[in-house]
Amino acid sequence: MLVKLDNVVKHFPVQSTSIRRHSSDVVHAVDGVSLEIQRGETLGLVGETGCGKSTLARCVTRLYDLTSGRITFDGQDITGLTRRQMRPLRAQIQMIFQDPYGSLNPRRRVGSIIADPLVIHGVGTRDKRKSLVQETMELVGLNPEHYNRFPAEFSGGQRQRIGVARALILRPKLVVCDEPVSALDVSIQAQIINLLADLRAELGLTYLFIAHDLSVVRHVSDRVAVMYLGKVVERADSTDLYNHARHPYTNALLSAVPVPDPVAAEARQRIVLAGDVPSPIAPPEACRFHPRCPKAEQICTLQEPALVPRFRDPETHDAACHIPVADEEDLATARRTA
Amino acid sequence: MTQGIGDAISSHVSEGAFETLPANAPGTKAIEGRSPVSLAFDRLRRDRGAMISLGLIVAIIVLAIAAPGVAALTGHGPNHQYRGLDALSPSGQPHAPSTTFWFGTDDQGRDILVRTAYGARISLMVGIGATLITITAGTVVGLLTGYFGGIVDTVLARIIDMVLSIPYLLFAIALVAILGHINMWLVMVVIAGAGWASVARIIRGQVISMREREYVEAARSLGASDWRIIFVDILPNVIAPAIVFATLLLPVSVVTEAALSYLGVGVPPPTADWGQMISSAQGLYQEAWWYLFFPGIALLITTLAFNIFGDGVRDAFDPRSDRLFAK
Repeated sequence: MLVKLDNVVKHFPVQSTSIRRHSSDVVHAVDGVSLEIQRGETLGLVGETGCGKSTLARCVTRLYDLTSGRITFDGQDITGLTRRQMRPLRAQIQMIFQDPYGSLNPRRRVGSIIADPLVIHGVGTRDKRKSLVQETMELVGLNPEHYNRFPAEFSGGQRQRIGVARALILRPKLVVCDEPVSALDVSIQAQIINLLADLRAELGLTYLFIAHDLSVVRHVSDRVAVMYLGKVVERADSTDLYNHARHPYTNALLSAVPVPDPVAAEARQRIVLAGDVPSPIAPPEACRFHPRCPKAEQICTLQEPALVPRFRDPETHDAACHIPVADEEDLATARRTA
Repeated sequence: MTQGIGDAISSHVSEGAFETLPANAPGTKAIEGRSPVSLAFDRLRRDRGAMISLGLIVAIIVLAIAAPGVAALTGHGPNHQYRGLDALSPSGQPHAPSTTFWFGTDDQGRDILVRTAYGARISLMVGIGATLITITAGTVVGLLTGYFGGIVDTVLARIIDMVLSIPYLLFAIALVAILGHINMWLVMVVIAGAGWASVARIIRGQVISMREREYVEAARSLGASDWRIIFVDILPNVIAPAIVFATLLLPVSVVTEAALSYLGVGVPPPTADWGQMISSAQGLYQEAWWYLFFPGIALLITTLAFNIFGDGVRDAFDPRSDRLFAK
């Protein structure tokens, strides 16, 4: 096991602009997440905007300090490490960012951006670094001749390749991909996803792959965890999750994935959830999904469901739901009769 | 002419450089991205007004450097008081421009041409010096408050507010009252002391918006230290606004220096200084227009040239500027 998250909690205090500076409100961005990432696997993390995926990613890379909980990386507890103690580990945990425009400094040449990890961790001489940069550029499908260019001279997809090159030049053990393709064109998305998949096989990487697009996650992930309002509501092996989603929220997400075949799309029933995502400042009691859930009953408002296997699901398939969705059940019609 | 020579040299150098690079196949050029700053300079070079101003600025700098030469040429020292009839009338009135004193004399019988040339030294030195101090101090403080935030920001931001609320002219006058006298270096510090706060405020705003960018977060996730992030990732992004601010601040500093001298709290006499000359000429301008005119026109040309050049620099660095496509 490479990474183990143990009941990770991250709250942000709400800064009020009034004279009373310290309000007691907190945003429950991540509220007790336990996950494991095995060496060499890709764990997909999905959920809507604002469900805490990116916060969780920044907790794993220790860009944020945890409110509580524990993170173990490669057998070492990294929860309480200071920035200085964390430094050598940063070479092993790298991140690919969402925005290929924002994540590259517009005033620096691409070669120097990609060489950043080498310089920061004191790897190699100047010449050695340059050849490493050019090798890595070639590895991610960039022209090594372009190392003297500025980010503005590249397309979105090429820029994301630059981000990938920067993340991989030190050959990290874990790569946290924070929505690496959601800012890209669909045609480019496939290129980057395939690149990431090829590199994983070639370099033996482990990915924590965050996205809000289930079809993207399905393509790259071995296992998938679904988040809603700071909590994991379901996790399972990729195929298992897509074939037998137990949580009504997962079902709703899956039903929203666009289908390329218009006939199939016509026949398909979409589950449209009522209302908006509740405020993470005051999340609903018990099951956080109950105000929007088509199947919610009284127990859902009283008791928080445990994240455990439901029905006769395998050990690896957990769902946090009192009234899970059965295999043949049709949620879309269930809602209408309810 | 000089530009032609420069082009010839640079093209020669780059040709030579290419021959020594074996990595490049014949006929292919190394692909080199151009930095935003070099693009801005290109835009600036196409701005005629800015280039004329630059020419004037160079001329004034040459005048300042060559001030002893001007003195030697005319044979008049900057502070020497001439008593002859060609310098002062029998009643002690200044003499109008003549073949001996090209710009005329002042009420002490001193050569105004030589004094104007020497005055350019003070104006430029104080103007440039004060601007450099202002920009450096403002940028450093702005980087620190903007980047570190928290208590550093709270304390420094309040100091900035405080400095901005001090009327610097009164401050300068009070300083002279306390110290009894003031020299050129002190004038620079007074001007910079009044100006750094507004620079710091602008840079702070820039840094705060930059601190949240993903590339700063990326640097942090790579393990970069705060200082590395400040100098490698943030500083290059605030250099452009700092340069623009500096060029616009220069004429203000020059005028401020003249204003302080005019009020008698600047560089002490008998050092030649434009503000001081204008001040002592104001009682005599009806009889001796040249006494007021030459230092006044010198000050006007200097500030105007710096202002127009500063505008050109601002336009050149503005990414929304469409001058690049205009021609």
